[in-house]
Amino acid sequence: MSGNGHSYGEQAGEAAPELAQEAAPTTAPSVPAAFGLFSSDTKKNEDLKQMLESSKDSAKLDAMKRIVGMIAKGKNASELFPAVVKNVASKNIEIKKLVYVYLMRYAEEQQDLALLSISTFQRALKDPNQLIRASALRVLSSIRVPIIVPIMMLAIKEASSDLSPYVRKNAAHAIQKLYSLDPEQKEMLIEVIEKLLKDRSTLVAGSVVMAFEEVCPDRIDLIHKNYRKLCNLLVDVEEWGQVVIIHMLTRYARTQFVSPWKTDDDVVEEYNENNFYESDGEQKEKDRNVKKTYTMDPDHRLLLRNTKPLLQSRNAAVVMAVAQLYWHLAPKSEAGIVSKSLVRLLRSNREVQYIVLQNIATMSIQRKGMFEPYLKSFYVRSTDPTMIKTLKLEILTNLANEANISTLLREFQTYVKSQDKQFAAATIQAIGRCATNITEVTDTCLNGLVCLLSNRDETVVAESVVVIKKLLQTQPAHHGEIIKHMAKLLDNITVPVARASILWLIGEYCERVPKIAPDVLRKTAKSFTNEDDLVKLQILNLGAKLYLTNSKQTKLLTQYVLNLGKYDQSYDIRDRTRFIRQLIVPNEKSGALSKYAKKIFLAQKPAPLLESPFKDRDHFQLGTLSHTLNSRATGYLELSDWPDVAPDPAVRNVEVAESAKEWTAILGKTKKEKPTEKFYSESEEEEDESASTGATESESGSESEKEDKEEGSSDESSGSSSSSEESSDSESDSKESTAKKTSGAVKESNAEESKKKAKGISKNRNTSSSSDTESSSSEGSSSDSKSVSDSRSDSDSGKSGSATSSKKEEKTAQDRKTPSKQDVFLLDLDDFYPVTTPVAVPTAAVLSPSLTADLEGLSLSGSSVIDQVTTQVFVPTKTHEMLHRMTGKGLSAHYHFSRQPDMFGDHMVPVQVTVTNTTDQKIENIHIGEKKLPLGMRIHEFNPIECLEPGGSVTVSMGIDFCDSTQTASFQLCTKDDHFNVNIQPPVGELLLPVTMSEKDFKKEQGMLTGMNETSATIAVAPQNSTSLVIIEKVVKAANLGVVPSGQDNIHRFAAKTVHSGSLMLVTVELKESSTAQLIINTEKTVIGSVLLRELKPVLSQG
Amino acid sequence: MLMRCGPGCHCPSPSPSNLIPKRVTSKESCQATDGKHRQSQKMIHSLFLINCSGDIFLEKHWKSVVSQSVCDYFFEAQEKAIDVENVPPVISTPHHYLISIYRDKIFFVSVIQTEVPPLFVIEFLHRVADTFQDYFGECSETAIKDNVVIVYELLEEMLDNGFPLATESNILKELIKPPTILRSVVNSITGSSNVGDTLPTGQLSNIPWRRAGVKYTNNEAYFDVIEEIDAIIDKSGSTVFAEIQGVIDSCIKLSGMPDLSLSFMNPRLLDDVSFHPCIRFKRWESERVLSFIPPDGNFRLISYRVSSQNLVAIPVYVKHMISFKENSSSGRFDVTIGPKQNMGKTVEGVVMTVHMPKAVLNMNLTATQGSYTFDPVTKVLTWDVGKITPQKLPNLKGIVNLQSGAPKPEENPSLNIQFKIQQLAISGLKVNRLDMYGEKYKPFKGVKYITKAGKFQVRT
Repeated sequence: MSGNGHSYGEQAGEAAPELAQEAAPTTAPSVPAAFGLFSSDTKKNEDLKQMLESSKDSAKLDAMKRIVGMIAKGKNASELFPAVVKNVASKNIEIKKLVYVYLMRYAEEQQDLALLSISTFQRALKDPNQLIRASALRVLSSIRVPIIVPIMMLAIKEASSDLSPYVRKNAAHAIQKLYSLDPEQKEMLIEVIEKLLKDRSTLVAGSVVMAFEEVCPDRIDLIHKNYRKLCNLLVDVEEWGQVVIIHMLTRYARTQFVSPWKTDDDVVEEYNENNFYESDGEQKEKDRNVKKTYTMDPDHRLLLRNTKPLLQSRNAAVVMAVAQLYWHLAPKSEAGIVSKSLVRLLRSNREVQYIVLQNIATMSIQRKGMFEPYLKSFYVRSTDPTMIKTLKLEILTNLANEANISTLLREFQTYVKSQDKQFAAATIQAIGRCATNITEVTDTCLNGLVCLLSNRDETVVAESVVVIKKLLQTQPAHHGEIIKHMAKLLDNITVPVARASILWLIGEYCERVPKIAPDVLRKTAKSFTNEDDLVKLQILNLGAKLYLTNSKQTKLLTQYVLNLGKYDQSYDIRDRTRFIRQLIVPNEKSGALSKYAKKIFLAQKPAPLLESPFKDRDHFQLGTLSHTLNSRATGYLELSDWPDVAPDPAVRNVEVAESAKEWTAILGKTKKEKPTEKFYSESEEEEDESASTGATESESGSESEKEDKEEGSSDESSGSSSSSEESSDSESDSKESTAKKTSGAVKESNAEESKKKAKGISKNRNTSSSSDTESSSSEGSSSDSKSVSDSRSDSDSGKSGSATSSKKEEKTAQDRKTPSKQDVFLLDLDDFYPVTTPVAVPTAAVLSPSLTADLEGLSLSGSSVIDQVTTQVFVPTKTHEMLHRMTGKGLSAHYHFSRQPDMFGDHMVPVQVTVTNTTDQKIENIHIGEKKLPLGMRIHEFNPIECLEPGGSVTVSMGIDFCDSTQTASFQLCTKDDHFNVNIQPPVGELLLPVTMSEKDFKKEQGMLTGMNETSATIAVAPQNSTSLVIIEKVVKAANLGVVPSGQDNIHRFAAKTVHSGSLMLVTVELKESSTAQLIINTEKTVIGSVLLRELKPVLSQG
Repeated sequence: MLMRCGPGCHCPSPSPSNLIPKRVTSKESCQATDGKHRQSQKMIHSLFLINCSGDIFLEKHWKSVVSQSVCDYFFEAQEKAIDVENVPPVISTPHHYLISIYRDKIFFVSVIQTEVPPLFVIEFLHRVADTFQDYFGECSETAIKDNVVIVYELLEEMLDNGFPLATESNILKELIKPPTILRSVVNSITGSSNVGDTLPTGQLSNIPWRRAGVKYTNNEAYFDVIEEIDAIIDKSGSTVFAEIQGVIDSCIKLSGMPDLSLSFMNPRLLDDVSFHPCIRFKRWESERVLSFIPPDGNFRLISYRVSSQNLVAIPVYVKHMISFKENSSSGRFDVTIGPKQNMGKTVEGVVMTVHMPKAVLNMNLTATQGSYTFDPVTKVLTWDVGKITPQKLPNLKGIVNLQSGAPKPEENPSLNIQFKIQQLAISGLKVNRLDMYGEKYKPFKGVKYITKAGKFQVRT
């Protein structure tokens, strides 16, 4: 080159200026084909400089536009740098923007000059306009000049606490830029990331997670506290952010939860318990499927539930991200829901199809069932590009089974004839794979392939030969004919692989075709020199094998071939020849091996396995670049295996919650909790929260949040506090709701406080706590976070033992105070009553039903004990048929009365319906349709069952308000395609709610309900029914009555109130001599009373 | 430059590699630039736009500059793939990964350095192409070259550090005004710019897809229900596979912040739906009502698939007789198209395209209706039929000339049919009503139905 340059100088003087220019650009390779234009460029550049220095904005703008044009074309415009950089402070926004564009491109090359612009950006960072602040940060961080790292760091820190979420988003982006410029800033940047992760704006979430993934993907601990928030925000994050967050959460979940894939009925009991406590029917249903087999961490479930709606996204990347999340995280039974959406993506562009099909191919190997219903969607069209065709074929092959193979083979027949020969060849391989996988069709396939041997196209024939070879190898028993046929073909086939395959086959099975084999060797020996290497090797092979089995006929031939091979051009063949000769031709030098020549050459060869190329791809996370390329891409983050034991789920409890918890812990030292308190208080807050969100008209899936919390509650030691954090995720109303919630919590705890502490302190507390939480949630200022962490440790130590066993702890607390739990309980409540009233009454409106009932019990307990609703004494197991499977076209339904108090609000009788699918197809969308109800009757519907697998059954809860009558509730049970009229008729005993009261109260009440309100009968009692235990059992079984402790052995009293109107229902059974008994019922509702009497009579008289 | 080398000069051939980066050298230089930035860099690094003849006519770098020579790997793959359709979307090179899409005769080639979900990039590139389409009316090389400054500004706004920043058309349009003839005239006179100087308020509201302060004198909301039938019909005329894919495209010009809800007579028809982000998922789940605050202007509200259990009515049938005689250089071609189950609507816009086998030299046909063309280079036969009237069925028949000596084509070509039926949604989907909340005026509402052939193929 130097000589080259020298010669220029000698050539002509006029070349000199051009040379100078050539030297100037530093990025010479990026300016191809521009050499000749340089002279004109210089002139242009001159006038561009002039224009940039002119006073008119329009001229400057024009110049900048032309410069941007140059940059876009990849031309070098770096020498204009000084002229351009002057304009960075221009008032005109567009000039400014274009200057920014220029700066980002060239600042790295001209660092010194670039520094001139820095002060402008620093000023702009303080601009009142958020857009200008953001773009200044954007450009500042894009200028890759190491010297300004500290300035960038400062700017990022400031911007991360900017008021505008848009600026904060840009700060998140800037983190990555700074990190790539100077990795040493990592620690500082992680701090910023940590701070931004706490951000509640949906705008920021995606970008900061992106930064997290890039800077510190291993700092999984930063996610814990934000996990639930991210899950809940996910639906509202912009689509690109969703993709990043979902991928990150997939990795996170794999480290934090235990595998849901260990199926089978481990933990059935767990479910029952939950069922009992949980007040939200819908959620229980959703979980039931899962919990039957295994208990999923509620946070795990939360993730799955919150990502599911995103399957509906218009963005293919989001859908794919959710699909891979389900694939890697969901129980196997649930992963199926993604297939429909993935199939939908196949309508999209060629590129999207390509990626999606690849992923489906990997999935379909492991779980055929997922895509089997969509088999036809993978049928190939002649207009598909070849790469799409092959992928579809791959999937079709993976999905092939006994049932669909005949249709598939018919489809394949069309493909084999395709004009696209590459695809035709792939089809033949596919047929081969089907043949080996499904033994039923092996012969059919083989025959089909043999037919293809007479195809006109050589590639088709060759591919068939190769596949047939493999097939025959798997079952060589009786295919002499085919081998003969193929031997004949040898004359016509020229494709080396095919010829080699045939030769190998004949050699391998030469004993089956003893007459033909030597002849083939003769023919090929003739053409040996003209053959391809591959074929030559096989000729040698064939010779060797024949020599061993039939040396009489072929000895000379083989010798001849070996001689040819000895002088072949290819060393590989010479090598092989030498090797074979030594082995088979006995001579004095031949070693011990030649004895075993026969064994070596004619050993049983294992049949090749015809496998999908996608078989091993699943060790890469689906949807990633690495998966597509089937090799580790740089920066690929491995998906870890499930941990054997889940790490402590409590790490995800959020700090605000902790502080609230701590507060209760300190102040409520003497506090006594009822065992079920956390559930109730939780639901209270939910109501609170939903009310507040409802008011601000935000559609951010508040429902889902609600469910989530409920689920989460079982793990959190103090449900009341944890939810307050989670629920306040929508930024707009966070403050408001936080405040409300805390006050809600205060109310709750007030109820538990002892009387003396209550009034004054609680007021203080009320204000202090709400302000506390508010400040810590809105801004994580250092002092606050400190106190928070303090408080956490406090509460931890106070928690005595595991977090989940709070129940136990509470018990001990109670025990400490008084020996008899039940009594104290009531007593205390009595004490609290005056305190609670003013607070509890207004809240009652928004309380969940269960709490209402509870509070009702509490508040009324002072004035009248009798209305205290107790839990049911007995749950009847008797089920009633609602829909027979014959009338229901395979769908059957049963119901029973679960007697759970007030699941759906006052006046509702809870009914559990078990729906069973006895067909062999999925039944989708089971829901309640048209209702035909008598006046006043209401139904609380169960949530629609999306899909019921064949043989599966699901139990759902519904509530019916029967209006204290035994009229039937008729409604339609609908599936996706059908609807069936069903009805539920309640036994009168189910229209009651048991109450507890003392004997004294009972008598008092009874005294008031005489005359018209009393019905009685004398009945004969069967002898075996005369013991008190049996009587109680029988009566309670027949009607939902509460047992009243009785002082007399022969009198049994039961009390209840009607569900709808709350009227008392008092039942007395008085045993008389000679096995008779007097049955007395006192109630205002005389009709129900008499019906109940009629129903109770046989219960006691029969055995 | 070559000329300047005198005849006696023995300088080692004045390397053309200076002028055109040759493959071997370029790869090296590419490695060299890489060495500087070894840190992980996520997402989209650079973008190159390449036209069909292999010219890189636009490049944009979001991070450090990547040499154009990286595209050589792409060209290599392109050569290997023979036709453009088969260029693999993901190519691995020693130091980068190239993810590309092909749209409107332009390759969008993005350079990636590290692991990234490929669909993320692909989807984004398509979004870029959509935006160009939206701004310039077409996404062609000339349009992009003519508007290179706007293109650059758009790319700058859409990606920051390789990560999508603003992709909603409503927001972009507020940041950067689309060019119109009038505005470019005005701009050139007044010297004002295309760039908006007001803030895009939408970035900060909870509805990032709608711009604020929309005002119209005529408030209108139009919905086009467009259904496409995808089908494969086999030789005998029976349906191998058929499915209805539908979309609802909307054109909403409503002032203020309208909150719309659109309900259907038979929403359960919709089996699988994908939504524009504006739609409230919960409402759909619980009530099967589309409730949303719409973006301003044109957008796709939903796309859906009609459940495959429903039998799809195929509105046309095709009778065909295509045969190639053994050992002769001609064949026969006879195709008739007729309407079927069209629910009283006329089938129009019928076009048939056939990719004839390579051996076909020419075709001599007569059409009873419409006109046909045969391109002897690409071997594509196109027959533009127009409207089908049941009284006189359109027919195309004649002689096919084959290359003499070439073997008879193995397979008959499949026929791709396009058609259109106005005022009909073949699935039977019906919009029930559109309600508007949040604004007081009464908008003008309209719904249009149309059924088209999607990927409709008849095997022969």
